[in-house]
Amino acid sequence: MSIKQVYQAVIDFDEDGMPDLIQKELDAGTDLDQLLKEGLISAMDYVGKQFSEGELFVPEMLMAAQTMKKGLEILKPKLGAAGGSSAGKIVIGTVKGDLHDIGKNLVGMMLEGGGFEIVDLGVDVEPKTFVEEAKKHQAQIVGLSALLTTTMPAMEETVNALKEAGLTVKTMVGGAPVTKAFADKIGATGYSEDAPGAVELARKLAS
Amino acid sequence: MIIVGELINASRKAVSQAIEKGDAEYIKTVAIDEEKAGAHYIDVNAGIFVGKEADYLKWLTQTVQSVSEKPCALDSPDPLAIEAALSVHKGTPMINSISMEKARWEKLLPLVAGTDFKVVALCMSDAGMPTTCADRLSIADKLVEGLTAKNVPITNIYIDPLVQPLGTNHSFGAEFINTVSEIKNRYPGIHFMCGLSNISYGLPERKFLNRIFMAQAIYAGLDGAIMNPLDKPMMGTIAAAEALAGRDKNSFRYLKAYRAGLVVS
Repeated sequence: MSIKQVYQAVIDFDEDGMPDLIQKELDAGTDLDQLLKEGLISAMDYVGKQFSEGELFVPEMLMAAQTMKKGLEILKPKLGAAGGSSAGKIVIGTVKGDLHDIGKNLVGMMLEGGGFEIVDLGVDVEPKTFVEEAKKHQAQIVGLSALLTTTMPAMEETVNALKEAGLTVKTMVGGAPVTKAFADKIGATGYSEDAPGAVELARKLAS
Repeated sequence: MIIVGELINASRKAVSQAIEKGDAEYIKTVAIDEEKAGAHYIDVNAGIFVGKEADYLKWLTQTVQSVSEKPCALDSPDPLAIEAALSVHKGTPMINSISMEKARWEKLLPLVAGTDFKVVALCMSDAGMPTTCADRLSIADKLVEGLTAKNVPITNIYIDPLVQPLGTNHSFGAEFINTVSEIKNRYPGIHFMCGLSNISYGLPERKFLNRIFMAQAIYAGLDGAIMNPLDKPMMGTIAAAEALAGRDKNSFRYLKAYRAGLVVS
């Protein structure tokens, strides 16, 4: 019943109330995995769905993600001790020559909300940095963002560099000028149009 | 208000198809529509065509100017593409755009140095996207200093303070507006040129927000926009905002906009 309250707190953007709710569950000995999945992650899934349907908007998605994060901060150390239950590790960044970070940050937040561990390399990231970091963190997926038509070629370069390095890592790409056709052309594993779509895609790719 | 018509941009599907098919008639029709609607410059962009951008930008410029007297805004970060377009351009073009990103600055500066071109200068540097008014001003200072040192007169500089989405940070609207008024005070005679629609990203009823933001920015001193001139409610909003800001003697242009059917309540 009280996992329901955690779920509701995310949907109500109740950032201040979240820490107490999580603490109560910890004190009551609620199953941590269940708390994470049925409380936090499924609430973010609902928020993502509402966003994709045009019922919720970007500031609300951000508030929900921040609320979830408040809960996750308390839950995460305990989860680690219990063996963890991350959905997978994803390295994200905006490609070389491109300084846009807003879309990439939104996607990162939603992926985190979806239960993934995120390593954010920031903006203007060299292909070789993607390769090194993907290796270092043993990432399942690398997520690439480009917001300019002029930096889309750097996306292709990065996808190629990951392949040439012999990594089996999957790649997902997105950003305003990026299309499914472009993703296919450059040999990226997947493409998503928006942040919630990226979560769905990452689940498919990581499974 | 200096209006740059934004429609001939290859990131729009109809335009990229026309470019690939060499469909000059389509491009001409759009150019004529933009000029009739009040554009002072016709923007041309072939940015999605890697390797062919220079040829296509040249073709777009020729095609547009075969039916329009207006100068073009040559929209590319690539000096080779801009040079190709310049080789056929008639009149004084607008170069869209230079920025403080090191590579872009170094490549484009020689092309505009000592010319009478209009130069759009984007408040962006390798340090990332500016978020505050102070970030923008420090980049704008360097742009103005660097361009005037190379004999680009301040009256030919069009600053783009860079609009960021309000939905991701509640202060992004105000930081932009404050930048416009500060730059205007600091550099008398300077101009502005930017797209405003990014402000409403992620929020509902974007056109409604865009119009109100335009009116606020005009009051702060914004005097140029890259936009769709066929957007009648926006064109009406601009006329009204300029009149209310005291920039339209006898409300002459507001009344003209009214008679053109642009003013609707």
